Amino acid sequence: MSRDKSKLLYAETHEWVDVADEGGQKIATIGISGFAIEQLNDLVYMELPEVGKTIDAGEEFGEVESVKAVSPLYSPVGGEVIEVHAELPDNLDQLNDDPYDFGWIVKLKIDDESALEKLMDFAAYEKQCAESG
Amino acid sequence: MSQADPSSQTYSQTPLDGWHRSAGAKMVPFAGYEMPIQYESIVSEHQACRNAAALFDVSHMGRLRFDGDGSEALLDRLLTRRVTDLPIGGVRYGMICNQDGGILDDVLVSHLKTPSESRYHLLVVNASNRAKIVEWIKPHLDDFPKVTFSDRTELTAMIAVQGPLAMETCKRLFTFDPSRLKYYQARITDQFSKPVIVSRTGYTGEDGFELVVRAEEATRVWENVLLAGRDAGFAPAGLGARDTLRMEAAMPLYGHELDETVDPVSAGLNFACNLEDRDFIGRDAIAAVKSAGPRRVRIGLLPGGRRPAREGCDVLSADGQVIGKITSGGPSPTLGHPIAMAMVDAEHATAPEFEIDIRGKRSPATRTKLPFYRRAKS
Repeated sequence: MSRDKSKLLYAETHEWVDVADEGGQKIATIGISGFAIEQLNDLVYMELPEVGKTIDAGEEFGEVESVKAVSPLYSPVGGEVIEVHAELPDNLDQLNDDPYDFGWIVKLKIDDESALEKLMDFAAYEKQCAESG
Repeated sequence: MSQADPSSQTYSQTPLDGWHRSAGAKMVPFAGYEMPIQYESIVSEHQACRNAAALFDVSHMGRLRFDGDGSEALLDRLLTRRVTDLPIGGVRYGMICNQDGGILDDVLVSHLKTPSESRYHLLVVNASNRAKIVEWIKPHLDDFPKVTFSDRTELTAMIAVQGPLAMETCKRLFTFDPSRLKYYQARITDQFSKPVIVSRTGYTGEDGFELVVRAEEATRVWENVLLAGRDAGFAPAGLGARDTLRMEAAMPLYGHELDETVDPVSAGLNFACNLEDRDFIGRDAIAAVKSAGPRRVRIGLLPGGRRPAREGCDVLSADGQVIGKITSGGPSPTLGHPIAMAMVDAEHATAPEFEIDIRGKRSPATRTKLPFYRRAKS
C-alpha cells in the first residue's frame, strides 16, 4: 500500500484524511502531515483514542508530544473510531520517514460527510504550509 | 495540531541573529528577543552537549556592570550571597530578593580586573528580569555615589560553550587557557587581540565556559569556536536543548522553579544565602523561613511510563490530595524517560510515591534525588 499525499484531504490543523468506500460506508483514515511532523521534531509520545469512541468533526482525539511541547490532534471528520494504529506510539521515529502509510493514526466510520467539504486539497494545503513558513 | 499565533510585537535581536537565520534556526520570541529554539533537532543538540560540546547564544541575558568604590558594598546589600570577600577572578551564584524573601532573580556575580588593572563587578541576570532588576538597583545607587552602574547587555554578546570537550578543544583559541580556571572562576583575556571575559560556568551540568565579547566580535568568536570543534562534534544548540539539559542537571529556571512567591530556602537554594555575616534585603524573611522550615520544597519526580508530565500539572499525594505542581518537566534525552521537578507541600515532600494529573489522567510518579543527571568527574 502506498498512499499518494497529493490525493488526500487536509485540515488547517495539519491532519490528513484518506476517504475510502467500504461496502457503502465511508471510512476515513487520519494521520498528520509530513510538514507537521517536520515542524514538531523529536517526537516522544502519542496518545490514541479508544476504539468505539465517537468523535465530532473538529474535536480533539489524541495528542502527539515532542521533546518541547504537547500538540492536540483534531479529527477533521466526525464518526466512530473503528481502528487505531496501536504500534505507532512505540515507533514514532518511523513517523518521520513515512507519515502517510506507516503513519496512519486512526480509522473512523464517517457519520456526516459534509465535514469533508470544509477540508483542503493538497494544493491548498501546500499553500497554507508555504505561507506559515 | 494547532496553528501558530501571529503577533505584531517587535523583538530585539542578538548580535548573532543573522548567523542563526543563515544556519536555518527556528526562531521564537523569548523574553523580548527572537532566539533560536533549535537548529535541526533538540535531541541531537542535547546529545552534542553531553558527548562533545554545544554552543549557545545567551546574549539575551542581562549584563550589568558596577565600577568604582562601593560596588561590593552595594552588591552585598542586594544579593543573598556575600560579595565583599569575592576575590578577583571569582564568580558567585546568588539571588536578589525582596524584603519578604521572594526571589526577584537568580544571578551570577563576577569580580574582574581589566588589563589596565581596574576592577569591576559584572552581574549576569535573567533576560526576562533585566528591566525589573535595573529598576530595583537604581534607588540604591544614591547611597553609593562613587559607583558607576551601566547596562552592558546591548553592547556585548554572550556565548556558552558547554560539554566534555569544550576546554581541551578550545584552549588554543585564547591567550589564556580557560581550562586553567577552576569551576566558578573568570578572567579577562583576549582572542585575536580583542577582549573577552571567559568564565568557567554554565547551565547544562557539563564542564565548559561562557564568554562575553563585544557585540561586533560575536559572530567571529562563535565561528572560531565552532571551527575549532568541528571534528570533535561541536554543534550550535538552541533554547530547547538548553532547557532539557538544565532540567537533567536540576538547575532552577526563573519563572518555573523560582519567582517572587518563592524564597531561596523553599527552592532548595539555601547554599546560596549567607545569613550570618551581614544584612541584605530579604535576610530576616529568609532567616525566618529557615528557622520555621519551608512551607513548600522543590523535589525531583520520575513519572511512570513514557508520557511526560509538563509544567503546571498537579502533583497529588498517594491518597489523592493535591499537594503541589510540576514546575519543569519533559522527556530526558540522556536518560530516555520523562523527568520532572515539582514544588510540593513540605509535609508531603519525603513520600516515595506520588501521582501526577497529566491533562486529566492520573499517572504514578516516584520521588528521586536531584540532579537527574550528574557528569562523570574527570
